[in-house]
Amino acid sequence: MAVKVLDFWASPYGVRVRVALAEKGVSYESQEEDLFGGKSDLLLQSNPIYGKVPVLLHDDKPVLESSNIVYYIDETWPSPHLMPASSYGRSRARFWTDFIDKKVYDVGRNIWMGKGAEVEAAKDEFIDVLKKLEGALGDREYYGGDQFGFLDIIFVSLSCWFPTYEKYGGFKVEEETPKIAAWLKKCYKRETVAKSMPDCQKVIEFVGMMRKMHGIE
Amino acid sequence: MGEVKLLGGLGFSPYVNRVEMALKLKGVEYEPIAEDVKNKSPLLLQHNPVHKKVPVLIHNGKGIAESLIIVEYIDQVWQEGPPILPKDPYQRAMTRFWAKFIDEKCIIATWKACCSTGEEQEKSKEESMEALKFLEDEIKGKKFFGGENIGFVDIAANFIGYWLPIISEVKGVQLITEEKFPNLWRWMNDYCNDNFVKGILPSKDALVERFKSK
Repeated sequence: MAVKVLDFWASPYGVRVRVALAEKGVSYESQEEDLFGGKSDLLLQSNPIYGKVPVLLHDDKPVLESSNIVYYIDETWPSPHLMPASSYGRSRARFWTDFIDKKVYDVGRNIWMGKGAEVEAAKDEFIDVLKKLEGALGDREYYGGDQFGFLDIIFVSLSCWFPTYEKYGGFKVEEETPKIAAWLKKCYKRETVAKSMPDCQKVIEFVGMMRKMHGIE
Repeated sequence: MGEVKLLGGLGFSPYVNRVEMALKLKGVEYEPIAEDVKNKSPLLLQHNPVHKKVPVLIHNGKGIAESLIIVEYIDQVWQEGPPILPKDPYQRAMTRFWAKFIDEKCIIATWKACCSTGEEQEKSKEESMEALKFLEDEIKGKKFFGGENIGFVDIAANFIGYWLPIISEVKGVQLITEEKFPNLWRWMNDYCNDNFVKGILPSKDALVERFKSK
């Protein structure tokens, strides 16, 4: 029952899959994709519509889209449970997953790809997104309640790009949304998260390179 | 199973219609509450403060938002009716993938292809053709996306199956023809003529009137 993951070191979406598999204790083979030099045939065949990572291959059958992959991992290897037990709890997890998927990375991207006034506007929008997510956390330990769970994985994975947004947006997550900063610190202490996240400094350098490629600096 | 209310529009939203389809498939009794999207009710703002949009399902006083999330919730809570999503985790993953593809790649592109103008319209037409080709391949050899019976992806594709041909007719922009997409064309006809689906779709005349004014 072979498990393979097509991944890219800096992909926050790839981090989700790494954390989920680690939480379940599932061993897998990781294949690093060269997104700039040339995507592998396996990636292009497995994901012909989007050609994107991550892709999980379970006995050669591809599962696409990171949130989808984490749902699949949770349903295929049921222990420990990542999704909440109640149907209502699950619908809340899906709702916030959808919100995070639509807002966090794309708005963050507008910060480091933007020019002039666009950057300030993107920063304000990003902080607004964080505040909504802080509201969703409330006074709980984790998004999953007492235990680290599905939504924690979905959101924490994107945080490896936060120092990049802070640098180009000129703000600090800790000042704007202290509860999120505290929650992040808790998550980073978890071994499955710590070993799955890329080095944030390397991500900043990577983004610097992409900005040069796009003629922004 | 508790009190169920559906905050919906004035009957024309394909997103609200998805939820209605799921509720009726499971035989769930519910109270439909009309919502004027230009004058949003306190109930809507209370239960969907993030997006402030319909549909919102209120079950035992708790609100669930986003149509496909609501449909999945209905499938989990009311287990007695026919299943909407498959049981097998891999099939579920594929089902969710296609439903999201329809939402993100098909609906917006085809809407713009019909309703926008100039360069935006041309670009949207190309995007629509590309997206519809993938759907065409996916429906090949199957009666419905869900197999023998209507499933999650068929519910998600209600806009493609019913709203789009009406908008196409009103705006004079043909996207799905029998020659270009024979499998999708066949699915559209099976879908719209299915006795169950027919009973839930809004009236064609009412939709034509609505789109003529847009």
